[in-house]
Amino acid sequence: MPIVLIVAEQQPDGHLRKATLNAISAGRTLAEKAGAELHLALLSKDPSKLAEELKVQGVKAVHTAAAPELEHYLAEVYAPVIAGLVQELKADYVGMASTAMGKDLMPRVAARLKAAMATDVMAFNGSGADISFTRPMWAGNVFAEVKLTTPVKVFSARATEFPASTGGQPAGEVKAFTPKLEASKTKFVDFKEVKSARPELTEARVVVSGGRGTKGDFKEIEALADELGAAVGASRAVCDAGWVPNDLQVGQTGKVVAPQLYIAAGISGAIQHLAGMKSSKTIVAINKDPEAPIFQVADYGLVADLFKVLPELREALHKLKE
Amino acid sequence: MKILVTAKRVEDPESKIKVKPDGSGIVQEGLKYKINPFDEIGVEEGLRLAAKHGGEVVVVSIGGKEVQEQLRHALAMGAHRAVWVNHTGTLDQLALAGLLQKVAEKEKPDMVILGKQSIDDDQNQVGQYLAEFLGWSQATFASKVESLESEQEKNKVPALQVGADGKTVRVVREVDNGLATLECALPAVVTTDLRLNLPRYASLPGIMKAKSKPIEELTPEKLGVDVTPKIQVLKMSSPPPRKAGIKVPDVATLVDKLRNEAKAV
Repeated sequence: MPIVLIVAEQQPDGHLRKATLNAISAGRTLAEKAGAELHLALLSKDPSKLAEELKVQGVKAVHTAAAPELEHYLAEVYAPVIAGLVQELKADYVGMASTAMGKDLMPRVAARLKAAMATDVMAFNGSGADISFTRPMWAGNVFAEVKLTTPVKVFSARATEFPASTGGQPAGEVKAFTPKLEASKTKFVDFKEVKSARPELTEARVVVSGGRGTKGDFKEIEALADELGAAVGASRAVCDAGWVPNDLQVGQTGKVVAPQLYIAAGISGAIQHLAGMKSSKTIVAINKDPEAPIFQVADYGLVADLFKVLPELREALHKLKE
Repeated sequence: MKILVTAKRVEDPESKIKVKPDGSGIVQEGLKYKINPFDEIGVEEGLRLAAKHGGEVVVVSIGGKEVQEQLRHALAMGAHRAVWVNHTGTLDQLALAGLLQKVAEKEKPDMVILGKQSIDDDQNQVGQYLAEFLGWSQATFASKVESLESEQEKNKVPALQVGADGKTVRVVREVDNGLATLECALPAVVTTDLRLNLPRYASLPGIMKAKSKPIEELTPEKLGVDVTPKIQVLKMSSPPPRKAGIKVPDVATLVDKLRNEAKAV
């Protein structure tokens, strides 16, 4: 039986990155179409706790590797271990969520396996041995259906396109394997976390984003976000100007989000921004310029000054709760 | 120090990309072409490193005759010479990385700097493939702590920090929830993120000088690389359009719609 191997991601704080659960869904979808078994890989200094969290629906086995060298993620250290496991299992597909780690690691794994790779996969098509991948090109202006012709096929899955896997039947077993460790020419120096009490952008149910129209004043954006329990996002211009941290950037080159509700305030809607949010369920745009392209993708557009209407909106939403 | 940078030819990011009715590709008519913006950031970083540490910036592009425009652009920015791998037809990331590997083995740079992705394929793979093929250290998504309006940026200080002994480079990487710093042994492959720097404009004397800078021509055959694509694009399509939205006159209507129609709050 063919094998789909999904690589789990442990965050620097030790927790499982939630996008892993979406990647497992992607893996399960692929396994069903390809008539394959779904296996997971987890590399960690101490994988014992997270391995249990990974015994989710449809997973045949969780392969764990434990070593002190695996504490801080490095592509050069992780790639030979994953590639070794792929060869040992004779896996046909290996994939991961399109996170920063997924995008850094998977091509190096693919290179080691002389395999072709599809990035940001949104859907799988076909059945049996005849599988193709749907992925975005040109900032999401084009969807391409691609076929990989190498024996092993590598992919990263866009987390927002697949639901998070949940408990269900914990059929899988945890199997330890000995990692194939190689000396690394790269040293981990440090990781500086940008801390926030708000939900993670890519995981939030509601996102409130600000653009150039805020002139760098994010107080009202943040206040509305807190009223809604939302994450704060930003356009590229705002991040480039250094007004808000880089990791708030929503767009083709930033984060791709698809929340239930996306509120864009003072954002004109450059192609590059739209590529990062147009899969959101409901989009609200607030902008002074009635011609702003953001209105073309918005379900509800309000032509107004954000500094005037954001406080009104916050109060109105607050009243709904009472 | 010798730095190899890339200059892929891509559609202007501001242009409207439309899919051909038969799904075989995109409509080429009326499109303008540019150097991939991420590669341009790589060229800029290479120039800053060479200005600080001395040395040479060599720019490489792969494609038909037309990619000489992008090579000339990088030469006009200040790169010293160019390598053109002449090939017409589709190249996938395996082939591109294979060709760059051979060019790097020939040039023996201390560092290869590439864009993290090109804005046509958006694959985000070539730098990582290249690092593995060469067996080199890799640091993707290079960024910096200072903003693009900082003094460091105005003074064109390179963000990549080469160690005092010239044997390592420190790279601040943009990753999920923060910044990760790596120290890579040289030679290394670095890929650029948006906020590494603001690329300079080519000056008029720069443009004039670029005309006489050498471009070496190579081919996949000369480099001994099989470029048969392993990725086949079966079909392209336009994303499904969003259904047309409405303008609301005021906040009260907006809240009503969000609550009763969209059921979003």
